[in-house]
Amino acid sequence: MRDLPWPARVYLVAVIGAAVALMVRSVMVSGAPVAPEDLDVLLVLALLFLVCESMPTLLNVEQFAVSVSFSASLAAVVLIGPDGAALVGLTAMVSVRPGLPLIKRLFNGAQFAICGYVSGWVYEALHGQVGVPQVNAFDDLIGPYAAAMAVFVPLNIVLTLTMIGLATRVRATEVPLRGMAQFLLSYLGYGTFGLLVAGLWATVQSISAVLVLLPLFVARWAFGQYHAQQRSYDATIAALCQAVETKDYYTRGHCTRVSLASSMIAQEIGMGPERVRAIRYAGMLHDVGKLGVPTKVLQKDGPLTEEEFAAIQLHPMRGLEIVRGIGFLDEAYAGIMHHHERHDGTGYPMGLAGDEIPEFAKVIAVADAFDSMTSDRSYRGARPVPEALEELRKTAGTHFDPVMVAAFIRVLDREPWQPPRKVEAPPPDETPIKDHDDPTMPIEVVTGQ
Amino acid sequence: MITTERPRRAERSANTVFRRLDSGQLLLICAAGLVAIAGVAHTAAVGLDRTEIAVGFGALIAVGELARLTMPGNREVAPIGAAAALGYTLLLDLSQNPLRHSALQVVAVIAVGMAAGALPHLAVGRPPRLDAMARRLLTGALLAFAFRPLADPLYLLTKPPTSTWWPALAVMVTLIAITLLIDVLIAALLRAERLRTSFRVAVRDEVNMAFPLGAAVASSGVLLALATHSMDLVALLVFAAPLLVTQVAFRKYAGIRATYLQTVRALSRVTEVGGYVEPGHSRRVSRLAVAIGRELGMSEPELLELEYASLMHDIGQLSLRDPIPGGATVLTEPDQARRIAELGAEVIRQTGVLDRVADVVRRQCDPITDDPPLSSRIIKVANAYDDLVGPSTDRDRAGAALERIRLSSGSAYDPHAIEALTRVIDRGRV
Repeated sequence: MRDLPWPARVYLVAVIGAAVALMVRSVMVSGAPVAPEDLDVLLVLALLFLVCESMPTLLNVEQFAVSVSFSASLAAVVLIGPDGAALVGLTAMVSVRPGLPLIKRLFNGAQFAICGYVSGWVYEALHGQVGVPQVNAFDDLIGPYAAAMAVFVPLNIVLTLTMIGLATRVRATEVPLRGMAQFLLSYLGYGTFGLLVAGLWATVQSISAVLVLLPLFVARWAFGQYHAQQRSYDATIAALCQAVETKDYYTRGHCTRVSLASSMIAQEIGMGPERVRAIRYAGMLHDVGKLGVPTKVLQKDGPLTEEEFAAIQLHPMRGLEIVRGIGFLDEAYAGIMHHHERHDGTGYPMGLAGDEIPEFAKVIAVADAFDSMTSDRSYRGARPVPEALEELRKTAGTHFDPVMVAAFIRVLDREPWQPPRKVEAPPPDETPIKDHDDPTMPIEVVTGQ
Repeated sequence: MITTERPRRAERSANTVFRRLDSGQLLLICAAGLVAIAGVAHTAAVGLDRTEIAVGFGALIAVGELARLTMPGNREVAPIGAAAALGYTLLLDLSQNPLRHSALQVVAVIAVGMAAGALPHLAVGRPPRLDAMARRLLTGALLAFAFRPLADPLYLLTKPPTSTWWPALAVMVTLIAITLLIDVLIAALLRAERLRTSFRVAVRDEVNMAFPLGAAVASSGVLLALATHSMDLVALLVFAAPLLVTQVAFRKYAGIRATYLQTVRALSRVTEVGGYVEPGHSRRVSRLAVAIGRELGMSEPELLELEYASLMHDIGQLSLRDPIPGGATVLTEPDQARRIAELGAEVIRQTGVLDRVADVVRRQCDPITDDPPLSSRIIKVANAYDDLVGPSTDRDRAGAALERIRLSSGSAYDPHAIEALTRVIDRGRV
């Protein structure tokens, strides 16, 4: 609590105070908040709530732990009414999540209680019947329930987001909108669980909770597996790309940095999450074809013969050939294939110009050249970031797409770039000479025989 | 020179329909066809009982079939369709009006729904997996024949004076469990036949794979059947939402699993492109190793690890400044080979998640006396065989290579792995 900024502290006290006030009011109005005959229902729902609350699913957005517990609160709205919903929500305080600080528990309990009250009132205001619904009264339930859910979910999100915003000073606008929409949709999907529990209560009582819960746990398990595989996959692809680079002493870590810079640019120019993910992989894999080019050609000092240049020009195609079996977006392939095209049409392998160059390739080209300039090379030290950006700005329009360069400069204004650590002098037998990615050292080709 | 092993897409899709079907699969498809015809013919003759319900469930089955997905191990599933079929089978009443549709009508609805859902796939050139569809239909039919005769007495129990749902619930759960078990056994039988693995191992793999999804589908099906008691056909819509979440989760999981394997397969080729090994070496070794592992009764998770390890067994060579002439073959000096194995294991350990794979790669050169893991022994044998034979299909050359490997049986190579290799080669189908 001490390390919270004062607006967050005020907000926290206000939320908890409001919850307590509501509860005191309801006890004063009706004597006991829950009728004795409803106690068993309350107990089952509280248990359901606790079980769900104790195993939240982490979303892609960090800090967000989503649980479907609110569907139990909503079921309580129907079965017991606002007071019951608030009591069920209050149990969030004792959820089995080791390490969760008391202050967060208090806040969670309070905000769920408030949501329970408010959605309960909405349900009653729309003439929703409180109590175990008649077997054939289901249709009358849907409208008020949907309204209660439509109030509960946004209220819950706003209350929590405000807290996160005040405590961590993350601006709400930085939470990606598209992700938010997806999130809201799945939230509403989960909400129907509450309706099922309430609707089936008359038939099989608490068994309905078990039946509803089972697919939910399976979904949770599958999501968990998916996230684990995703993490494992990202680590594996990075390790394999680094393995490809170990041969070349100076370019180690190049692929991960290009991947990072590419995704920064991609986000800045407004690509969706799916495409950003694809460009991350494309940036990571853009140079795997380099292995097909003999090391001595890749690093040759001085002008290349036409044959040697042809070998270098081939590396994006080689890369494409390797990754073609992976089920990426087609754009990722285009990005790998064309990352050495130039805006004025003098690049390789196809000599595309301007808008002919695929968007992914334009992005990767900027990230690629930038990392090359800001890393150590055997023939020069790393350039400082401003100098590299100046070089990019100068060649925007001829070498690089001006839009991408401008976007990259904007991002780096906000988030400073971490250039690679200084490379120690290599062992004596490793003396690579040149880097084909470096735009300040253009490849020279000897023409004629 | 790089050879492409992947068949072109058009070729592949055309081949899938006429893919070689095992006798078991054929039998299954014929049985399913007969049951479907019987169901449709009977229903056409006597007419549909409560058309709107049949159409509603049929539509949901079609949607489920449309949204089918392929789980790891090339298993096609359609959870939403399966749950809808289950729900229609278990239906006792709709808003307190008892339903008396026959088992044959259930079969007809399932069959027509599945066919309707498969049509759009067919239109865009994705032919159905006939054996998977047949299995889904037969499982549904089996449950229908077992449960429908009991539907009426069970419904009477839910009316006053008894008014209890417990017997109905118990019968539903028991019958579903039995049907799922039979389904798993059929799947395991087919798998054992197709992949030449032992039945016991196949059953274990299928149970592991089918359990989570089966539990979700079963509970959703029961939920649906109970929900229609109070909810009318709206139940179909309300209930579809939660199962959709499950379906999305599984689709994502299956997707990343497939991409993972594709990526490791693709990146294993960098050693070939770099000229470190012969073209196609990693893929051939991995196929051979997986076939041997299967022959030796390894389970699916173990086989996946074995596949990763064998695809990446030469990755350590990337750390060498220049390729060894001709690649790291059996003819390479032991010290050199050991160093490559160490370097490769180091690369794989960098991932932080594939530690067991790294260990397998690290110990691929160990002599039998050091007791390396089974996967390492398999890779050693498969690697040696491919180094000696390469892409050739010449039987004499294969025989000579086997002879040569047998010479070091028990010292460098594991005798069981050699035996399994011999069986795989004799069969001529890796």
